[in-house]
Amino acid sequence: MIERTPILNLVSQAILCIAFVAILSPFYIVFAAASHDFVTVNKVPMPLLPGGHLWENLSEVWVKANFGQAMRNSLISAVAVTVGKISLASISAFSIVFFNYRARMLVFWLIFITLMLPLEVRIVPTYAVAANVLSPLKSMLSFLGLSITLPEWNLLNTYPGLVLPLIATATGTFLYRQFFMTIPNELAEAAKMDGAGPIRFFWQILMPLSKSNMAALAAIMFVYSWNQYLWPLLVVTDQQNYATATMQLQKLVPSGQAEPPVWNTAMAANLIVLLPPALVSILLQRFIVRGLISTEK
Amino acid sequence: MDKHATFSNTWLATALIIPQLLLVFVFFYWPTAEAVYWAFTLEQPFGGSNQWVGMQNFQTVFNDSKYWNSVIVSIIFALATTALSLIISLGLALLVDRRLPGHQLFSFAYFIPYAMAAPAAGLAFRFIFAPSAGFMAAINEWYPNLWNPATNGSHALLLIILCQSWQSIGYNFVFFLAALQSIPRTLTEAGAMDGASVLRRMADIQIPLVAPTLFFLIIINLTDSFVNSFGIVDITTHGGPARATDLMVYKIYFDGFKAQDYSLAAAESIVLMLLVIALTFFQFRFVERRVHYN
Amino acid sequence: MSNISIRKVRKTYDKNEVVHGVDLEVAAGEFVVLLGPSGCGKSTLLRMVAGLEAITSGEIAIGNKIVNKLEPRERGCAMVFQNYALYPHMSVAENIGYALKIARVPKVERNEKIRSVAETLNIADFLDRKPAQLSGGQRQRVAMGRAMIREPKIFLYDEPLSNLDAKLRVAMRLEIRKLHQRLGTTTLFVTHDQVEAMTLADRIVVMNKGIIEQVGTPLEIYSRPASAYVAGFIGSPSLNMIKGVLNPETATITLNDGQALQYDLKRWPNLHAGEIIAGFRAEAVSLCNSSKSLTLNPQFIEELGVSRQLHCELAGEQIIVTSQSDHDVKAGIPLHVTIEPGQIQLFNAQTGVRLETEVYDVDASVTQIRKAS
Repeated sequence: MIERTPILNLVSQAILCIAFVAILSPFYIVFAAASHDFVTVNKVPMPLLPGGHLWENLSEVWVKANFGQAMRNSLISAVAVTVGKISLASISAFSIVFFNYRARMLVFWLIFITLMLPLEVRIVPTYAVAANVLSPLKSMLSFLGLSITLPEWNLLNTYPGLVLPLIATATGTFLYRQFFMTIPNELAEAAKMDGAGPIRFFWQILMPLSKSNMAALAAIMFVYSWNQYLWPLLVVTDQQNYATATMQLQKLVPSGQAEPPVWNTAMAANLIVLLPPALVSILLQRFIVRGLISTEK
Repeated sequence: MDKHATFSNTWLATALIIPQLLLVFVFFYWPTAEAVYWAFTLEQPFGGSNQWVGMQNFQTVFNDSKYWNSVIVSIIFALATTALSLIISLGLALLVDRRLPGHQLFSFAYFIPYAMAAPAAGLAFRFIFAPSAGFMAAINEWYPNLWNPATNGSHALLLIILCQSWQSIGYNFVFFLAALQSIPRTLTEAGAMDGASVLRRMADIQIPLVAPTLFFLIIINLTDSFVNSFGIVDITTHGGPARATDLMVYKIYFDGFKAQDYSLAAAESIVLMLLVIALTFFQFRFVERRVHYN
Repeated sequence: MSNISIRKVRKTYDKNEVVHGVDLEVAAGEFVVLLGPSGCGKSTLLRMVAGLEAITSGEIAIGNKIVNKLEPRERGCAMVFQNYALYPHMSVAENIGYALKIARVPKVERNEKIRSVAETLNIADFLDRKPAQLSGGQRQRVAMGRAMIREPKIFLYDEPLSNLDAKLRVAMRLEIRKLHQRLGTTTLFVTHDQVEAMTLADRIVVMNKGIIEQVGTPLEIYSRPASAYVAGFIGSPSLNMIKGVLNPETATITLNDGQALQYDLKRWPNLHAGEIIAGFRAEAVSLCNSSKSLTLNPQFIEELGVSRQLHCELAGEQIIVTSQSDHDVKAGIPLHVTIEPGQIQLFNAQTGVRLETEVYDVDASVTQIRKAS
């Protein structure tokens, strides 16, 4: 379109550039602070050009905060949440969308109501369940007048404990359902005419079609579970073996006023923690954005 | 919805849905029901089953001025972060949608805050806004004690508001940009033919047409700031100073796990749940409203 | 009312030229239709006149004022878009009155004008509705009302009828023509539908791959298409065209299968022997049993009621013949026909350019016509 708006264009560009700096500066400041020594980082104001102590700070905090183990734990649980969510979401959405059974509307609502209440608002009782997974069963049995002694099955300080409650929501199922609904039902009928059963249809037609959907969900889920903080804080008491990376940040900020904070190593730790999700969202941004947006519908 | 239901193998359908239902039951319905149960009962000091106490826990909660403080702080926090983040991200999306040179780079960069975990963002902001190191400290050198979130409650609240708003800009921005890009180009062209300037078209055509997305994001952001603020508070302020940043989620965590009072925490959880459900319900109403446009 | 001058206008998108130097003069008050298949550059040309696309080179003048650098709102054009581009959140009245609102026309005056435009277009009853509550035809009228209310110097239509069903399209076509007769506003109308072009236009501009193939009145274009391309685009059914070898001595064109067509030697006395394209209308073919007849193979028959269209094979090519419904024709049974030599038109086999009768040489005719257009 022909438009002569030089002043408006200049103002627009200026605002966009300022926002660019403002939005990215926290990342840069974390990086810059992580590259200074203790004295420089506490200078007022801190020099903006990076110093030469990045590697030193990183290796110091890597050992100090046990990041070797913590990063491994974060990676294991993030991958487990991602894989678990995708498999569970795809098969349950498949069941809800493509099968005809009486309870399916009920099932649909049972699952989708979980979108309403995030983990954080029911954190206390969820913790209690994780401490004893069979307690629901036990209570139901005792309600029926049966007192069978069940073993205690404790998920605290385990990978399933970190992973399962995060899988038990409907976000992924919802995303898959949205996608499956856009598939013309003639496709399923044609597959049926060609003699393909539901499982073959799922593997050979639905799964290949939903590749980009899967990438979107995987990226979103990875970032989501890597960035979990409250739940790991509760479910992990064995800090030495099961702490996740985000949890370690809390140990690097002093709670009192007494000693001066060691900002350079704290920021180095921050850099370590934010790098994996940042990489995922930079490399897979296109997929993440598409996946997020499809939840609005 | 029915038109897709092509297969009628009930056994297979059940087998496919059972794992999800089981997880949802154990980690969603049971805890939610248990929260309700705890909210209306009290634990016996010497074991045994809980005792029914009716509304007593809620009365305790509602008679506690600390709780009301927490509610007010949460509401201020939610409204301020939602307004701040939405205004900034809508403005940026409108400008990026003009497709001036560099717009792809900008839209790429504005999304990145999405990647930072709440505690990581909290830690970064705590450093940037620290009173004695970092950048705000420079201002404190000119005017000593002008800024100190460690002792001044409003400063602390402002700090977590800024942090949460910054963090949600990426998410909000991509929604606004997608909504703007889905407006048919001929509509803006028709606006130009009708004589509307760029700013006039934003006000008269583009912003009204992204209203459904705006409503959606208002609800999501409010919910999010009620629910997902724990990480920021825990790293930056610990609810202090003097409970100035004692958000509801943080208080539930504190009462439940530090003070070990499950019944109290459960009653507080129920209130928060009702709040979130009310917001979601509101959202459904607005989602229906958007049908009118098309 | 203003005239439009388009001079040597080119449009390039990332090194890809889609309009290759177009020249066109539109007189004040004229109704000109830009006709061509999708991708021929007709919409781009219209959008350059509107100011919605920048002009890569050349110039466009409206009312003798060069508008290359002017914004759409400064050009005095109003446009009707293919998908109408109605503002979904505004009522019909707001849609129609938006341009006046921006021009700060007082509310009372604005409402008066909205009402009068709406009455002209028979949409006065829907003024409070939203576009989503209207039918396709009503939306189309609102789009026209929005253009009319500004009393523009020029109306631009970008395929405004293509989203309507066939019956409504005919009705709206008539209304657009009536509107033009009453207001007399200079109009540029883009379409790919040759019937629309024939019925609406004072002059038709046939475009192909970013150049103008021919400019002329509907009748000129129908009876004397400048090229095989235009001939293939105009008329329903379009001109039958068949390749053959010209023999000036016998005034015949020998087809691939050995049959011969007679052409009018008096019109083209000095042609050289060689490859040629012969064209004739479906109506020019008459069924007979004379010995000088051609033999066609009817493959299938379309019954239209008044007449029939016979899809036939002649010398390996498809042609269409119109016949009366009372003739006894069957698919698969060869058919004897004659074609009046005066009805045969000739086109250069290489360039597709029409051979005008007064031109005596195939090569010369090419250059002559290039100069003329």
